[in-house]
Amino acid sequence: MQQIILKRGLDLPMDGKAELALGSVNRPEVFKIVPDHFAGITPKLDVKVGDKVKAGSPLFHDKTFEAMLFTSPVSGTVQEIVRGDRRKILSINILADAKIEYAKFDVKKATTAEGVKTLLLQSGLWPLIMQRPYACIALPNKEPQAIFISTFCSAPLAPDYEWVLKGQGAILQAAVTALSKIATVYVGIKAGSAAPEFRGLKDCVLFEVAGPHPAGNPSVQINNIRPMRQGETIWTIGIQNLALIGRLFAKGIVDMQKKVALAGPMAYGRQYYNVLPGMPVSAVLESNYHKEVPCRFIAGNALDGHQVMLDDIMSIYTNLYTVIGEGTDVHEFMGWMFPRFNAFHFGQTDPAKMIVDNCFMKWLFGERKYQWDARLKGGRRAIIVSGEYDKVLPMDIYPEQLIKAMIALNLDKMIELGANEVAPEDFALCEYVCTSKMPLQAIVRQALDAMRKEIE
Amino acid sequence: MEKFYQLWKKFGKNFEQGGKLEKLSSFYDAFDTFLFTPTTTAKRVGSQIHDGSDSKRTMIIVVLALIPCLLFGMFNVGYQHLLATGQLAEGLTCCLWWKALGFGALAIIPFYLVSYIVGLGIEFIVAQIKHEEVAEGYLVTGFILPLILPINTPLWQVAIATAFAVIFAKEVFGGTGYNIFNVALIARAFLFFAYPNSMTGDSVFVRLGSTWGWDGGAAVDGWTGATTLTQLSTGAATESVSFWEAVNGLMPGCVGETCVWAILLGAILLLATGVASWKVMVSILATAGITAALFNAFGSDSAIAQYPWYMQLVSGGLLFGAVFMATDPVTGARTECGKWIYGALIGFIVILVRVLNPGYPEGMMLAILLGNAFAPLIDWCVVRKNIKRRMNR
Repeated sequence: MQQIILKRGLDLPMDGKAELALGSVNRPEVFKIVPDHFAGITPKLDVKVGDKVKAGSPLFHDKTFEAMLFTSPVSGTVQEIVRGDRRKILSINILADAKIEYAKFDVKKATTAEGVKTLLLQSGLWPLIMQRPYACIALPNKEPQAIFISTFCSAPLAPDYEWVLKGQGAILQAAVTALSKIATVYVGIKAGSAAPEFRGLKDCVLFEVAGPHPAGNPSVQINNIRPMRQGETIWTIGIQNLALIGRLFAKGIVDMQKKVALAGPMAYGRQYYNVLPGMPVSAVLESNYHKEVPCRFIAGNALDGHQVMLDDIMSIYTNLYTVIGEGTDVHEFMGWMFPRFNAFHFGQTDPAKMIVDNCFMKWLFGERKYQWDARLKGGRRAIIVSGEYDKVLPMDIYPEQLIKAMIALNLDKMIELGANEVAPEDFALCEYVCTSKMPLQAIVRQALDAMRKEIE
Repeated sequence: MEKFYQLWKKFGKNFEQGGKLEKLSSFYDAFDTFLFTPTTTAKRVGSQIHDGSDSKRTMIIVVLALIPCLLFGMFNVGYQHLLATGQLAEGLTCCLWWKALGFGALAIIPFYLVSYIVGLGIEFIVAQIKHEEVAEGYLVTGFILPLILPINTPLWQVAIATAFAVIFAKEVFGGTGYNIFNVALIARAFLFFAYPNSMTGDSVFVRLGSTWGWDGGAAVDGWTGATTLTQLSTGAATESVSFWEAVNGLMPGCVGETCVWAILLGAILLLATGVASWKVMVSILATAGITAALFNAFGSDSAIAQYPWYMQLVSGGLLFGAVFMATDPVTGARTECGKWIYGALIGFIVILVRVLNPGYPEGMMLAILLGNAFAPLIDWCVVRKNIKRRMNR
C-alpha cells in the first residue's frame, strides 16, 4: 500500500471532542429543503403545494443540467414553497409522514458507467460528489479521471468516521464498486487506522496518509498521490456521503440519514446524533450550549465550516456542528503585546509560547487542549510576513503567489499556479495562521467561481 | 480594566460617523486597537478561529530586537563625544559612563521625535483619507531610521527624508505591505544623494559640539572621526582596528550599526521568534565573506581589497543591514528558495561596492536596495520553475 507522509500542516488541539455515543433528537413535523445549500445551481421546481412525495422523489432540478435532481429526504406532503425576493426559492417545506416511505430505484440497470451516473443523478445523491477544478458539485458533462475518497477528516474535533461507519463495510463497498465503473477510485486511509470497513475495500486503490491537518483533505491527497494534469477532472466524495451512495446501490433507496457530531468547547451533550437534512439546526443544538456567554455555532469544523443560526436548516453536507465562544465579551488589554497563557500559538512570537509552552507545559501537563473564540485577534492588513502559508499547506504549489493571482483574478496565472487543484478548505489553515488576517477562503471561493464562469 | 474599557468606548463614540471628532477616527482607531484587542469576529464563511499572532505582535518583536542596538548606540554616541573632546584621558569613570549615556540619549531622542512625528503623521493622514486602519509598519521603519544615520545629520534633513520616503516609497504604492523598497533605506538613500555632506566624511559620525547646549568641546589633536571603511577607501593612513574592537563597536559609525553584540542579541530574538528569515541572514554573511575572501586572495593591493574578510563582516552596516533590513519580508524575496538567492545577491554586491567603488566606502544600503529591486524577479524565476515542472508532470 502506498504511503504518504506529510510534514507540513498543523493539528489544532481544540477542547471538546464528541464522545462516541449516540444521542436522540426530536424529529420535527416539517422538513425544510433549502436549495441554497447546493452551491452553484439554479433550482427549478418539480413539485407544487399539496403534492405527495416519497423519500427520494425529486423536489427540484438544476436549470443548467436538467438531469440533476434534488430529492426529498422524507416522505410526506409538500406544505409550502417559501419564496424570497424576485421569487427566489428559499425552502420547500414538507409535512413529513410518521414513517418514511422510500421511493424504489432499480439498481440492477446500473452496470455501466452511464448507468451509475444516471442513477446518481436521479436519486439526488449526485450533488454529494464534488469535483476539482472549481471545488463545486461535479459537472455531469465532464468525465472524471479519478475519484478520491478520504476516509478521515483531520480538522479540529472532526467526527470519528471509524466509529460512525462501524459495520457498514458492505455499504461502502457497494458504493466503491459502483463508482469504480466510472473511474479509478482512490481511498485514503489514516496511517495507523485498523478499521476493516476501510482497509477491506476492494475495486479501489488504497493508500495511507500520515501527518497533521490538512492530511485528510482530498486536495492534499490528490496532489501527493496522483497530481492533476491540465484539463483533468477529479471527483471527491466525503466518506459519510459515500455511505449514502452505498445505501442506494445496496438497498435501492435514498436514505439520507447521517450521524452528525456535536463538539466544541462551548457545547454540552457532545456526542453524535442521527439526523436528516431539512431538520432545523436547533434540533441538535437547542439547550446544548453555554447560554451564559455569546456562542457561535458552526456547521462543520472551526477551520472551514461556516456560521449557522439556531433557526437555520441542516444541509446534507454537514457532518459536524462545533460550538465556540463568540469572544465579543472578551476585552483584552494590549493583547498584541502581553503573553496569552491560555491560548494555542502557531508561531513563536508570543512569549507564552516561547517560554512557557516550549519549556514547561508539555513536560508538566502533557498535551494541553485549548479553547478558541471567533475573534480575529488583529486587524486586516496587506500580506506582510512571508512563508507563513507554506508551513501549513503540504501541496506542491506556492500558496501566497496563488492567492495574489486570485485576488487579481488573473485566470491564466491562477491556473498555472495550481488553482485547478485547490478548494477553499485547503486554505483554511493558511487563513488561521495569517498574521494579516486575510479572508483567504472567501478569496479562493470567489476566484474559483469566476474561473468556472469564464471557462465553462 | 472593564471600567476603563467602557469609558474608552464611550469616548470613542465621538469619533464615529456623525460624531464631533469624525475627522480623527483613524487616530482613535489606532489607539483603540493598540489598547484593546479588537473584538471583530470571523465572517460567516471562512476560518472561524484565528491565531493570536497579528501584525502588531510581529512588528513589536522587531522593535524589541532593535532596542539593544539603540541602547548601545546612545552610549557610543556619548562615548565618542567624550573621546574626541579628550574627556576620557583618565579613563571611563562611572560618572563619565552615565554622562556618555545621557549625552547620547539627548542626541538621539530628537531623531526619534522627528522620525515618528513626521512619519506617523503622514500615516495617520493617509489612513484617514483612505478610511483604513493605521498599519503598524512605520513603528519599525521609524525605529530603524535614526539607527542608520550619522549622529550629526540635521533634524530638518531627517524630517524631509522621512516625509519623502513615507510618501514616495510607501504610500504611493498602497501603504505597508505594498512597498517595493525598504522605506528606512529610501530615507537614508535620499539623504545620501541629496545631502552628501551630512552623510559621509570625517566629521559626521561623532558629535563634537554640544547637544542642546550641553557639553561642547573641540577635537583633541590627532583625533579622526572617520570610520574604518572611510579611511580604507580614501587610502588614508589607517589606524588599525582589531577584530574585537570592531565587534565591541566603540568606534565611529552610524548610531546602531557598530556593536556586533547588540546586533546579535537582536538577531537571536528575531530568529527565535521566526520573525526574520535565517536564510537571508546566512546567505548574506556567507556570500559577503566568500566574496571578500576572494578579493583578499586575488584582488588588487589596495587597502580595502586586502581588508580581511572577517573584518569586512563586522565593519560598517553589513551586519545591521543583514539582520534588520534585508530580512524585511515585504521588500525581500518571498519564496524560500528565492531568499537564498536574494541574500547572496546582497552579500556579493555589498563587498563589490565597498572594494571596487572608492566613492562609496559603505555598500550595504545600495546592496539592499538593489536586492529589493531584484527580489520580485528572483521570486518570478523560482515560481516559474515550479510552474514548468508542474506543467510537465
